Amino acid sequence: MRRPLASLAVNGALALVAALTLFPLVWMVCASLMTPGEASTYPPPLLPRSATLANYRLLFAEHGIIRQAANSLFISLLATALSLLFNVSAGYAFAKLRFAGRDRVFRLLLGALVVPAQVAMMPLFLMLKELGLVNTYAGALVPWLASVLGIYLVRQYALTIPDALLEAARIDGASELRIFVQVVLPLLKPIIVTLAVLTFLGSWNDFMWPLIVLTDHDVQTLPVALAALSREHVQDVELMMAGAVITVLPVLLLFLALQRYYMQGLLVGGVKE
Amino acid sequence: MNGSRAGWLFAAPALMAIAVFFVVPVSAALLMSATDFDIYALADLRNVRFIGLGNYLQLLQTPLFWRALLNTLFFVVLGVPLSISASLGAALLLHSRLARFRGFFRTALFAPVVTTLAAVAVVWIFLLHSRYGLINYGLSWLGLHPVDWLGNPRWAMPAIVLLSVWKNFGYNMIILLAGLQAIPDELYEAAQLDGAGRRAMFRHVTLPALAPMLLMVSILTTAGHFQIFAEPYVMTQGGPAERTVTVLYLMYENGFKWWSLGSASAVAFVLFLIMLGFSLAQTRLTRGGGFA
Repeated sequence: MRRPLASLAVNGALALVAALTLFPLVWMVCASLMTPGEASTYPPPLLPRSATLANYRLLFAEHGIIRQAANSLFISLLATALSLLFNVSAGYAFAKLRFAGRDRVFRLLLGALVVPAQVAMMPLFLMLKELGLVNTYAGALVPWLASVLGIYLVRQYALTIPDALLEAARIDGASELRIFVQVVLPLLKPIIVTLAVLTFLGSWNDFMWPLIVLTDHDVQTLPVALAALSREHVQDVELMMAGAVITVLPVLLLFLALQRYYMQGLLVGGVKE
Repeated sequence: MNGSRAGWLFAAPALMAIAVFFVVPVSAALLMSATDFDIYALADLRNVRFIGLGNYLQLLQTPLFWRALLNTLFFVVLGVPLSISASLGAALLLHSRLARFRGFFRTALFAPVVTTLAAVAVVWIFLLHSRYGLINYGLSWLGLHPVDWLGNPRWAMPAIVLLSVWKNFGYNMIILLAGLQAIPDELYEAAQLDGAGRRAMFRHVTLPALAPMLLMVSILTTAGHFQIFAEPYVMTQGGPAERTVTVLYLMYENGFKWWSLGSASAVAFVLFLIMLGFSLAQTRLTRGGGFA
């Protein structure tokens, strides 16, 4: 049974929605290639008359945005590494190792999810100020050390590891650490990639905490620097769009490359209990 | 016994990090919200005084607090249903047996979710520009008058809702799409045998099967919407006429602009309680209605 009209309607609607969804991103790229002032004409142009990289050059040469890009990259990479270090072993422990109070602690952790992270920000700032960590990378990284969702994500995946496999290794006399490194970690590889992608994107895109803890221009991340720049350069559409491209493009490309892992994390993390 | 020790050792680093950097600060925030912690206390801790519910009572008498609450509620009440409807609509389109190039469309519709909010907010400032913005240009094609989106007190928050729906609908779309794919075909076949039309099938098969997921999605989306901050910070700085001052924007200004950290903590706890109330109400309401 063929229904050409219905098929046209469904696919037409999908194409329209996709075009509308992608439009702001496509326009961002086009406008970033326009000459200064070009976007502020009527009717608003969609394509640059002659594409130029001048805005990007200006960002790097005059505004030294390479510094903030490096900050963003460094913080996101470290946040990812730390999050893996803390969450993977904990997720495995909550799934596969029996210890006193395990289930009660895990329920408490899930319960803590109802508390919005912003509640902790005022005391956390004071704490870091006392430690001299305001305006340092360490200050920006603190919230990314361990996360309940990260532990949860790894735990749900680790539950699928057969106990017999671990028991066999124990009978062979392997230590728990060795079992974790040689048996468990290879099996957890897919969820480790998932957690890495989620953490990298999450810390790269984060705004409120870096805004609070990184006030010095030299340690700021791209999103915070871009927000500050957009207040000074209200008229410079093309320059701001170049800044937006530099901020958005790395995460967009990373997502496209590792989409499968990202979606997996979304479905485990989003569909809880 | 050995296993128990190993378990604790594996979990300990994460639990300690959560305790030190989350549980302790949250508890401290509760204490701080009962003090007059301000810029003088920041200089010298001896200036802190315990004032009980003083901050909370003070907030209740502050018009800007009520304004922020109202603005945030407006964003939630308008944004959450719109966002979930868009997600459901897109998921239904993608789920349709007639849909082609599903992988491409799925990725395209999801793309805004992974973008940087602060950056796309800057993009939208210019898309929403009253004179040169492409949104008003599009409206003029439809014969509509240009709107001063971010300059008109009435339109600033709806404009932010527009950005937010665009940015977020892909997230719930993926979750609902998984839900749709999990509905067994037999249910539809049985309904078809009973002579149900497409609309009846949607109401009596799809929606009930999706109900638990819709409840979960609406609870998480509501919680996310209550935490709106970057959009007003980047796009409007709370204006025009304080119509986009949200609860977290107020918390940020109180805490990190005026350094009234005690008052900011009280704002945070009020937000927490409201979010908790909404989650519980959503669970109750849907249970009472026979769903889930």
